Amino acid sequence: MNLATKDHAELAEQFNKDENRVDWHDETLWWIRQKRDKAAHNIPDWEMLRETASQIKNNVLGNIHQYLLDFEAQAQENGITIHWAADAAEHNQIILGLLQDMGINRMVKSKSMLTEECHLNDFLAAHGIETIDSDLGERIVQLAKEPPSHIVLPCIHKKKEEIGELFHEHLGTPAGNSDPQFLAETARQHLRETFLTRRAALTGVNFAIAETGEFVVCTNEGNADMGAHLADIHIASMGFEKIIPERKHLGVFLRLLTRSATGQPITTYSSHFKKPRKGQQMHIVIVDNGRTAQLGREDFRNSLKCIRCAACMNTCPVYRRSGGHSYHTAIAGPIGSILAPNLDMEKYSDLPFASTLCGSCSNVCPVKIDIHQQLYKWRQVIVQKGYAPAAKKMAMQGMTFMLSNPSVYRAGGKMGRLALKYVPFAVNNGMNPWYKHRDMPNPPKQSFGEWYEKNRGGKK
Amino acid sequence: MTVGLFIPCYVDQFYPNAAIATLQLLEKLGVDVVYPKNQTCCGQPMANSGFEHLTGGCNKLFLENFSGFDYIVAPSGSCVLHINEHLHDDADPEAAHAVAHKVWELTSFLTDVLKVKELDASFPHKVGVHQSCHGQRGLHLSSMTETVCAEFSKPGSLLNMVKDIEIIPLNRADECCGFGGTFCVAEEAVSSKMGKDRVADHLIHGAEYITGADMSCLMHMEGILHRQGSNVKVLHIAEILNGGEHLQ
Repeated sequence: MNLATKDHAELAEQFNKDENRVDWHDETLWWIRQKRDKAAHNIPDWEMLRETASQIKNNVLGNIHQYLLDFEAQAQENGITIHWAADAAEHNQIILGLLQDMGINRMVKSKSMLTEECHLNDFLAAHGIETIDSDLGERIVQLAKEPPSHIVLPCIHKKKEEIGELFHEHLGTPAGNSDPQFLAETARQHLRETFLTRRAALTGVNFAIAETGEFVVCTNEGNADMGAHLADIHIASMGFEKIIPERKHLGVFLRLLTRSATGQPITTYSSHFKKPRKGQQMHIVIVDNGRTAQLGREDFRNSLKCIRCAACMNTCPVYRRSGGHSYHTAIAGPIGSILAPNLDMEKYSDLPFASTLCGSCSNVCPVKIDIHQQLYKWRQVIVQKGYAPAAKKMAMQGMTFMLSNPSVYRAGGKMGRLALKYVPFAVNNGMNPWYKHRDMPNPPKQSFGEWYEKNRGGKK
Repeated sequence: MTVGLFIPCYVDQFYPNAAIATLQLLEKLGVDVVYPKNQTCCGQPMANSGFEHLTGGCNKLFLENFSGFDYIVAPSGSCVLHINEHLHDDADPEAAHAVAHKVWELTSFLTDVLKVKELDASFPHKVGVHQSCHGQRGLHLSSMTETVCAEFSKPGSLLNMVKDIEIIPLNRADECCGFGGTFCVAEEAVSSKMGKDRVADHLIHGAEYITGADMSCLMHMEGILHRQGSNVKVLHIAEILNGGEHLQ
């Protein structure tokens, strides 16, 4: 799939060619948004919980240097090896080195958006190391050779029939069988063999506790545990913003995370990893990859509070109708649209514009990131840096001239209305994107200004 | 009390009836209303497109036209939110800030400043209410389905004062219509789909009219209704509150 050369609007237009599919995608995610609402409304102090989480994360971002050092010292004391990676390349290289040192060429990996961000699987494959994703949704998109379209529900864009076909092709299930229970059992058997035979397991990190040096991984399938418990080496990839100060803060986030994500009270497994078992190696790779730059951008800093629940995606009316792949970056949706420009402003200059600024994302965010305000601010930065299309720039300058001069505005408005009335074909044609699915307003005889002049003319 | 009437540019040019209804309604409620002639636009179309640096002319005009008033009222949540958040003047920031916070969206001005308790209006029709995002989530004109708080609605409480009106329920009480300013052309496919879906929700619940506090969203939905050949009409909330039945 070629996602690189098209922008969000083009990719979204492609997605919208199949309207039934758009409806299905929208309804599926809306159902999850409703489950989230129900879960939130069951907690009377929900808004206070969000505020508490937000303040804890603000504290973390303000003191991140110290918390990271505390975490490192505690983890080392527990017997975990800490690695620091400045960027994706260094992260990938560290992991490759660890595997090569142990002569390992096959690894099982549970869900980690950071490894998506770093394109770890492709990098390892190029060096002869096979990675199998053990999260069911991740495994499905891996079999389909696609990136995940959603950070919590990686294959939410796939219908069960398509998954049945993939399993038929790759796992030998009977053609035409798309019974979810049957397919899940097939995946279970397939992954069991993987868990039993892989000597290396990689997991993500949901929360890293500075006080104790332990980290917490949340899954619904127990796949992180199955991989890590059997492997000789457990590697955890962690963006540096995953720190929380103390263990007592964990309850705040565990209560918010899954209620926001899927409407469940808590993930089935919230696994604490504190030290390697006897004979096992445990490593944490702490990754920057642009996070320091984002920390330095005052207007965008608090995007690093994100706990990757995807509530902003599920609620976003644009995401639901354009699909995760239309964002052409590892983390889609509203949060992805404020994170991605930090990594490559030119490549992702379209994303902050893929929003109506409706504000629903900020309302559901469990750590109160002002997502839609940041989308607005990124638009200003992107234009100032010169990444706006030339035609748009000209249109905006023309509009500014008209709206900054009352007499030009009145004359222009009148001409516009007359044109709509007498030469409608000048605007009602294929050149006008509005007209593709919508009619233009009927032009009135007079503007309000003209009416006021006639009817209240004596006044001021 | 003298109120400066701020009419958004596209309402002035395309929906004068919404502006006339706003003026008449305020006059009926005993307010002295003045419409400053040289107003144009709040600058939001440029700002939301990333060109806020080009809005200096609009800001200057706004301050010239509206600095003298006790209150400034507009029949639009979106334009009011933009002024609240972004009107500025580097030469005199405090004065600009003061003006920015004298600007009121019409329905909240009626409920919070005039404290309107009854209206002489009747509208014997099935009406769907569109919650425009900037008014709702930006100005908090109504409670929002995402947040946990007591339910309220300023436009809703005013519509409840209109005789014989029937407000229809919706499957999605506060989903965006997809207009989004330049979004409606830049992201044409998603924007139209959002508009179609919003309209469909009103249609399956039997709406004869769709109303709301922002004409821009209503213009978007009207464009879709017309294209579908529907008889359902859009009407700014001011037109219903200003008597309603006179329009028939």
